[in-house]
Amino acid sequence: MTIEEIKDNDYTVQYDSESSTVNFVGLLSLGGTKEYAPIADLLNKIAAAQPDQMTLNLRKLEFLNSSGISMLSKFVLGLRKKKSIQLVVLGSNEVPWQGKSLKNLQKFLPSLKLEIE
Amino acid sequence: MQKVFGDYIEDFPPELDSLEIIFTPTSHSIRKRWSNNRLSAQFVADYCSTFLPVDDDDPDGTRRIKESKGAITYIANELLENAMKFNDRDSNFKVKFGIYFIEDIELENGSVTAVLFVTNGVNPDGVDKFQAFLTELLASDPEELYVTQVEKSMEEEHSEASGLGFLTMINDYSAKLGWKFQNLSTEPQIYTVTTMVQVRV
Repeated sequence: MTIEEIKDNDYTVQYDSESSTVNFVGLLSLGGTKEYAPIADLLNKIAAAQPDQMTLNLRKLEFLNSSGISMLSKFVLGLRKKKSIQLVVLGSNEVPWQGKSLKNLQKFLPSLKLEIE
Repeated sequence: MQKVFGDYIEDFPPELDSLEIIFTPTSHSIRKRWSNNRLSAQFVADYCSTFLPVDDDDPDGTRRIKESKGAITYIANELLENAMKFNDRDSNFKVKFGIYFIEDIELENGSVTAVLFVTNGVNPDGVDKFQAFLTELLASDPEELYVTQVEKSMEEEHSEASGLGFLTMINDYSAKLGWKFQNLSTEPQIYTVTTMVQVRV
């Protein structure tokens, strides 16, 4: 099992290779595409290995700005070309931005499994 | 000279609940003070939650406050990020942020509209391009434009998808947006733009 982690004072993004899950925790409001590149690169690296399933667990991500939503949208859109990967996104109704914005991800990738609880 | 785009409220009655904050230009790098945008937005949302007409006995009240604070934090943060990113350093113009509350007495459930705005200096060379983008945005189907902008940004690595902050406010928060451009002086050229967002909370 390998764990890869990108973190700062306000957030942690952690990849657990065994479950092919990326856990997002905290508050993410980085400045733009350049600042989000390390996270985008991690996601793309995981997808490049073509796992059967990949999970983005956002349930503990309390805040995400539009640059972050844009980064996720771009990643999800890129998966259209990798049809063998089943993408699962875990969200929470207790986190206001997720109830508002997560459904948009399905527009980019209709096969995406969105589990909001 | 002034020019208005979209839904814009010129004057507010003085008795409305409101809060205004002025940010002075600073020598610290934008990177260093970036997290201040979210911190300021969270403060504004906390401060404003007291104005919401919520009954203490109402079991849905806590949820409403949470949703309202979420919406205000998201929108205030987007407005501040844009203002700090695009404020024209040469103009020495101070960024002004404000929020007003308008209660809709005709609706029974105590509906409140929060009006958030931010004013910043804009580089005179960028005004035409910005206005052309706003014209496109206002004429578009915002759901479609969101997809188009993300697709466009995929074509070039590390390019920013423009307008996604505005588009998420419109699509996800059912917000109404407006802009006012003002030319404060011609010698030197100083332009400001005020971005205004109206959202039900």
